[in-house]
This record gives sequence, C-alpha cells and structure tokens, in this order.
Amino acid sequence: MHLPLSDMYNQPDERNLLDQMRQGVIGQPLDRPEGPLKVSGTATYAAEWRIDGCVEGVLVLAGIAQGQVSKIDRDAVLSREGVIAVIADPAMTRRPAQGMAAKAPQQDAAKVEYFGQPVALVVAQTFEQARDAALALPIHYTDADGDPVPFDPAAPGVKVEAPSSSKPVEGGDLDQAMQNAAFSVDVEYETPGHASAAMEPHATIAQWQGDSLILHGSYQMLSYNVKEIADCLGLSADKVRIIAPYVGGGFGSKLGITHEAVAAALAARELGRPVRVVMSRQQVFQTVMRRSETRQRVRLAADPAGRLIGLGHEALVSNLPGEKFAEPVTQATEFLYGGENRLLKVEVARISRLTAGSVRAPGEAVGMQVLEAAMDELAEKIGIDPIELRKRNLPSAVPVAGTPYSSRMLTQALEQGAEAFGWSARQDRPCQTRDGDWWIGMGVASAARVNMMVPAKARVTLKADGSAVVESDQTDIGTGSYAILGQIAGEMLGLPMARVDVKLGDTVHPAGAGSGGSFGAISTGSAVMYACEAIRAKLAKALGCDADALVLKDGMASGGNAPARPLRDLLNGEDIAETGTIKPGKTAKSFSQASYGAFFAEVAVHAFTGEVRVRRMTGAFGFGRVLNAKTARSQCLGGMVWGIGSALTEELAFDTRDGHLVNHDLAEYHVPVHADVPAIEVILLEERDAAASPLQAKGVGELGICGAAGAIANAVYNACGVRVRSFPLTLDKILPALPDPFASGADTAL
Amino acid sequence: MKPFTLDHAANAAAALSAMGQGATAIAGGTNLVDLMKLQVATPERLVSIRRTGLDSIVPDGTGLRIGALVTNADCAADMRVRQDWPLLAQAILAGASPQLRNRATTGGNLCQRTRCGYFYDTTQACNKRAPGSGCAARDGFNRIHAVLGTSDACIATYPGDMAVALLALDAVVLTEGPFGPRQIPLAMFHREPGDDPTRDNVLQPGELITAVRLPAPTGGTQVYRKVRDRASYAFALVSVAADVTMEEGRIARCALAFGSLGTVPWRDSAVEAALVVEKPSPALFDQAAEILLRQARGFGANDFKIPLAARALAATLAQATKG
Repeated sequence: MHLPLSDMYNQPDERNLLDQMRQGVIGQPLDRPEGPLKVSGTATYAAEWRIDGCVEGVLVLAGIAQGQVSKIDRDAVLSREGVIAVIADPAMTRRPAQGMAAKAPQQDAAKVEYFGQPVALVVAQTFEQARDAALALPIHYTDADGDPVPFDPAAPGVKVEAPSSSKPVEGGDLDQAMQNAAFSVDVEYETPGHASAAMEPHATIAQWQGDSLILHGSYQMLSYNVKEIADCLGLSADKVRIIAPYVGGGFGSKLGITHEAVAAALAARELGRPVRVVMSRQQVFQTVMRRSETRQRVRLAADPAGRLIGLGHEALVSNLPGEKFAEPVTQATEFLYGGENRLLKVEVARISRLTAGSVRAPGEAVGMQVLEAAMDELAEKIGIDPIELRKRNLPSAVPVAGTPYSSRMLTQALEQGAEAFGWSARQDRPCQTRDGDWWIGMGVASAARVNMMVPAKARVTLKADGSAVVESDQTDIGTGSYAILGQIAGEMLGLPMARVDVKLGDTVHPAGAGSGGSFGAISTGSAVMYACEAIRAKLAKALGCDADALVLKDGMASGGNAPARPLRDLLNGEDIAETGTIKPGKTAKSFSQASYGAFFAEVAVHAFTGEVRVRRMTGAFGFGRVLNAKTARSQCLGGMVWGIGSALTEELAFDTRDGHLVNHDLAEYHVPVHADVPAIEVILLEERDAAASPLQAKGVGELGICGAAGAIANAVYNACGVRVRSFPLTLDKILPALPDPFASGADTAL
Repeated sequence: MKPFTLDHAANAAAALSAMGQGATAIAGGTNLVDLMKLQVATPERLVSIRRTGLDSIVPDGTGLRIGALVTNADCAADMRVRQDWPLLAQAILAGASPQLRNRATTGGNLCQRTRCGYFYDTTQACNKRAPGSGCAARDGFNRIHAVLGTSDACIATYPGDMAVALLALDAVVLTEGPFGPRQIPLAMFHREPGDDPTRDNVLQPGELITAVRLPAPTGGTQVYRKVRDRASYAFALVSVAADVTMEEGRIARCALAFGSLGTVPWRDSAVEAALVVEKPSPALFDQAAEILLRQARGFGANDFKIPLAARALAATLAQATKG
C-alpha cells in the first residue's frame, strides 16, 4: 500500500519506511557536506558573489520616530565623488515581511513609523562612498498625521488589542480554582526584547535580465520570498529568481524579505546595472525584526497532592499598529500541563518601535522560561521536588481541547536528564552550597515546542550512473539541511553519501519548506522520502519484485526471487526523476504534536557582586527520529546557548522617549561569548512519531531554547535565594536581595 | 566614513610634524576606525604611527618604560610586567578579545573613548560629540554610565581597564609635542567633563604619547577585579584595581583605582588613607566604600553601580588583604 504522492498528510504514515531500509546512514552523526567550504571561507554567501558592473547601495535610516519625509536634498550628495544615485521610491518597504507572508509588506518608506526606519538608498561606486553619502544625505520631515504612537508598552494611553493571530483559551473558572487551591502562585514576570543577531548581516545583490530579476540574498524561505519581492515590484513571481545556497543564520530575521532586497532591486532597475546592498550590523538591529518584550502573569492553582486544578497565563506583547504578528507566548502552555480551569491569553500593545516578528522559537522561547520559573515557585510552596511536580501534571489529553498527544518524551527526558546531571545532589533550600565567593545552585525546567509541517516539494533524480541528486529550494541556514536531506535519500535509495549530491537554495528547484519553525527537516525531508519512494517503485518494477520486498544497499538492488543487480544495470542508461510532495493535513489537528525535553543547569552566583555564571548544563530531548545525531545535537547546543543569553544577558534597550534602540551592536547587545558557555551535555531520546511526519521525526531546531532560561533562573534561586522575575537576570536585579557575603550561611562548602 | 588620506610616519618626529599640520594619529585603530565608520570622528588626514619604533619595553631605573606602540597583548605577556606589575597584566587581559589586544596599543588604549550609546549615535544629542547639543544619556538609557565625576554636560564613563591599573600603579605618561616633552602622571591625564566633555584627556593638539613609565615595583598583593555582564568581551560595570601591602595583619600600604565608575579612571586618596594601618574587616571595607561613594550620584538605570562598587571593593579588599 502506498500513499498517493501529493496527498495531504491526513493519516499518520505508520509504515515507518526509513527503519526498513538497509543503508544505515539515517541518524548517523555525519559531518555536513558543505562544512569544509564554510570553515575555509569558500562557501559563497549573499554579499560575496562577484557580479560584473555591480555598484554599492547603502540604506539611509530616518533620524526621527514618526513623520513624513517631505524632501530629500539629493543634490547635496550627488556631486560627491563616486555617488551615482539616491533612490527614494514609493515601492521601498517600511517594514520587513513576516514569515510566510508571501506578499508585500508595508511599503511607502516615506512614511516614518519608527526610529531608524529606512527611507532611502544611496548608490555609489564603492561601499565607502555610499556610506559617507548616506550619512550626509539631508532629509526633511513634516509631522505625522494623526495621534502620535507611544514608544513604550507601559506608556499611559497605549492602545492594547486582542491579536487576530490567536484566540484566548478559556475553561472552567480559574478565579474559583485559585481560591480553592491548597497551594497557588500568582506572579508577574517580564522578558525583554531580543534580536536574532545572525552572524551574516542581511544582504542582497540584485541583477535584472530583461524583465526578470535575479537576487543573490540571505533569506530563509525562498518560495515565499519570491512572492514578496514580486508583489513589491509589481512583477509576477515567475520573473524572480533567488539564489541563496548558504545563509549565515537567520533565527527568524530572514523568514520574510527585508528592506535591502527591495531597495537593491529598485536601484538595479533604475540604474540598469547590478546593485549590492549590505546592511550594517547596526542597521540589522534597528530595522529588521525584534522579538517583542513581554509582561506575563502566571497563575497556578494546585490541590493538596500537587496537581494543578487551575492555570492562567496572560501576556502583553507589542508591535507596530496593524501588524498581525503577536508573540504567541502561551502556545506551549496550552498543552504542557493539566489544570482544567484555565485562562490563556495574549494581548498586543501598539507602539512605535521596529517591527516585532519571529525570533527563534517565537512564543515558547519566552513563554516557557516564565512558565517554568513559576512552576519552580509552586514546587517550593508545595514542598516537593520540581521534577516530581512536573511529572504529576502531565495530562492524558490536551486540557479543554481534548486532543490526544502524538508522542511525548517529557517524563523520560526529566528522568534520564536528572540521572545524567546528578540532580539528586541538589539542595532543596537556597544558600546551602558555597564555593569560595560563589553560591552554587541547580535548576530544572521542561522543554516544549510545537511541531509544524508546511507544504514542501523536492525532486530526486537517480541518475543512470547510479548516483542521486536531491533538488529543492530549501535553505540551509547553518542547520544541516544538506546533510539530512542527503541522508534521507541515501537511506531510501541504498547509496553511500558520496553518491548523493544535494542542491539547495535556488528557486529554480522545486519549492521546499524553507527554514523556519523547526519545520524544514520534516517537511522537505518527507518530500525527499516520497520522491525516493516513487523511484523505488520503478526500480522494483524493473527488477521484477514487489516494492515492499525491494532491498537497496551500496548501489545494489535485490528483492524477492530476483538476482541482485547493480543500480546502474537496472537503470539501463536512463535517469529516474521524481518529485515528492507533502502538505499538512488532518494529523496537524487530530493530534497535539510537540517536541519535548528537560533542561538542567548548575550556576554560580557571586556572593558579593551578584554576577551569575553557568557552570554546566544538561539537556535531554525527544523529537521523534533523529535524522543526524551530530546536527541535531548542535541544534540543541545552540538553543541552550540562546537560553543562557535569554536568562542572563540579552536585552534590547529602547529609549522610551523616541523608541530608538540604544544597544544596536554586538558590543552592547550581549549574546553569550565562549567564556559564558560551559560544558553542555545533550541527550537525544530516540522515538518514532508517525503523526508528525512520514519520517517519524519532529522539529528540533528551536527546542533547545524553549525553557532553558527557566532552568537557569531556577538555579539562581536555588543558589542564592533571590527570585528575579525580570529577565535577563543581570546583577543589578540580584544585588538588592543578596545575603550578606561575609555571613557564613552555607551548610555545605565545596 | 569620510574620505581621508593616510600617511605613515617613519619616526616620532615625522609623526609630530604631520600632527602639527592637522593630521590625527592612528595606531591600532581599534577605536578610531569604528568612530570613523559611524562618522563620530571625521578626520581628513591620518598619520599612522605604527612604524615609529615606539614599540619596546625597556628598564627605566627601578621601573619600566613601555613604548606607546607596545600592543596590549605584548605588554600583558611581558615577563617583567607579569612578575612585578601583575595588576597591569591582569587588567589588560580582562579587556577586549585576543584579536583586539593583538592590535590595540598602550598609547591608543589610554585615549580610548567612552562607550556611551548616545555618543556613538549621530542622531542623538551628545555634548561630547557635538558640543552644545545636550546630553541624551542623562534621562535616557544610562545603565553603563558614571556615578562619580559627572557634570551637567556629560555622564559618560571612561570604559577601559588598562588605565585603571596604571592609575593604581602611579604610572606616568610621557609625551612629545609642539612645546617639547611632558611627563603627565596618570592621575592628571584624563579629565572630568566639566563644561567641555569633548576632551577626554589633557593632551594638547599635536601632542603624542611616546611611552608610559611604571615606577619601581611595590611588592604588594595586586588584584584587578572586573565586574561585568558576561564573562568576557564586555566593558566593566565597575572594576577595582588594588595594590595592597600587609604588615603584621594591618594594611601598611594600599593603592586603589576604580574603572567604569567615574567619568575618568577614579582614585581617591581619602579611601586609601582610611584603610592604612587598619586591620582588614568587613566594617572597615564598608567605611572605605562610604568615603569612596560619598559624592556618588546615579541617574536611574545606573543607580546600582553605587552598591555594586561598595561590594566589589569589599570583595577585592578581602582577597588582597588575605596575606
């Protein structure tokens, strides 16, 4: 029985084909095939293509927060050496496109909505000339029409709306449950804005060939990006080609097109020559996409046995007026723990700061760290181990909705993680362990991140010489797409990796899922698997056996009573090319699908200064089949490093007088540096989840951040007894409540 | 970046000559080039002093003379520095990154400018960058700003580490200039903003740092304690440079300097006087902190620096007086 190739994924594919294959490459911790190019600096990133006649564009940012550009003194810079043009076209974008928009974002850049919005582009022979002219370009403004938009979500009179993107979850009577509770927590937490801060700044080289546009750029979701660009320029999407074989990180900031892409295309059209626009680090920070700050109220009501009878999670986030995206803070709270009496709600404050959008693990990244910190507070009140509290509150079906879980490795992650970490050595009260001037503590948190599949296609060609080529516009943003798509094809077609070539990141190929929402691997990977399945059917026919009986290994085909033959013989000089397709279907609704895990952190808090350093971390994760144990582990490591930043250092600092971003570079926006990252242990828990994908795999990319900061915050409390409800836990927030450093309070000294 | 010319001076005299004609000296460029990219600094003429030969460390009587072009990396690795003035090596290694320390120089580091975000952003009011435009930091995001030595015009810190150690070590800055050589004690080198924050130090136009002289080693216990938001590659929130000599359980001699606390590297003789001949104790450390911070003033987000400085001082003294 075979599923139709282009079917919606309406039923779990229980055949589990990959486990029946013989090549043995799936799941292996193989190196990324493009790795040597990247570490030797020979992988060509967006800005590095050499295009004849290319000139340089630099964006000009508004020096005001709200208003209308009334005049641009082009002549003031056009006379400068090398300056070619000043582009201020109504088609330029004033906001970036949100992920999967597939249409133009807000255009007409002359209307300034936030401080630092791009309003023009200066083009010159050299980058330095363009940058100098861009900084010198005089721009005149008039006041904005209508009421000013506040700069701070806490400002009086700020407009607060229910987002169109999510509905509240309500069940029972939470207030009553809080009153009836034997133990309860009612706390408010804050998280700051975050930047994606991908290593490669946003960059585009635009080149017209007749009425067709070619972009070399840095984007995550090419089939959507093509439509966004085309819509901005009034083109049909088939006139736009994007080439992006290597992308230096995105973390959400490259899901949709950003300002430089449209500006480069417009300039190239006007000037009749290729134009490159590379954003500076400061411009990326100021104009692309921020994670919203959040204010979250969490209410937990537990019965005498420590079972949740009520759960409230309400969040205030922010965005520009009219922007649909609202950080989905309570997304995982919906399904993680019990408590039939519940209220989960997100509201969005309309403010004037750069656009808020997806930053790695939108929703869970900040929602889980707060929920998990609040759970730690509840465990302390009840007087039970925080792991035990979590295990007691795993429902058999999603509360209110009643949806069954496709699979859930949370208990195993908590138990195996605790064992590996040495959780049993944790003191159950704070200020018990001192190592010199440092208080030592341990914390735990659950990890959870929704699993998503999106439509994807991929073409696999088994060539007459017995090698295979996989083609998709799927991007590899540093995650390992090349590796895992090659492994899926190698496994399905019985080929060693050296015989599989993977071509990605070009819209001439079939539209893959793109990289976002941790869905790239399972979506495009499933398409690759289905394409290979179709090839296998043809090979079985040629060999004269049932498809189910076909065995492919090391380039040899056998099965049934047929004698084993080399693929090359079987192909008889012909290529076999098949396109696999997958689309999300009923399984997306009929099962609650999520990846799960557990974080364990040991921290040190300086008894005098309140500095926090993470001493070690362990994460245990279950996300279905592991496609490549090395790249999966790397994703988990990276997520946990993000968790360290989210817990301790990362914070976008906005000036509330004009909404401008004060710390718009990597010197002052503090991502963790090597010295902040201790030894991190990652435990991968193999499982199979047919409802999630035919690969039996779920998303992994974002899981490692979803709750990690909560484990660190809980460890800080366990170390020094200071509960900080405002992330990041910088020392200024810890200092006021630190115990006297000279008093010897520790029962155990290390 | 404004277009500029770049010449290389073959010796100090050539550099001084170019500077006399309006050129700006550039050594490692780790700060100046950033400022030029952002057009915070817009020199039209640069003279590189990297080939002037001022790059050796030589004995100077019982002290040491460190050439202006000695890189931070070389200075921190020098065996004489590590043995006899370990405070200096510790402070340098607490700053920046290996890549930057390979490039940054002794003289250039002394001239490092503030990290105030409003200074670096030409859309914002800043008296240091654009005199008379105002100070946006005062009522803005001022978490990293100074609590000592501020003025109505400016509250920006001197952000570096090396100069804080040099201040505690009684170093002297040697210069050449249009009016001949000068010897400027580190304590006199940086200037508080007052009503002219544009000038961070007392160097005159056309004057060039040629070396820094360290006096004889003190033989004391030397500790550089840098408190910052992350473990590396971050400017100090507060730093303490301590050089303490104990005799029979009492503090016989001590020198203390503080970084990122004031608008200049900060040293207060009254703090040291309060400690000398006393037995170390938490109460004594508190007393010293009270003297240090008696005139400290926060501006909101940086209020925490006042208790932080007191606690960092206590931690440092506890360590340095252990004997």
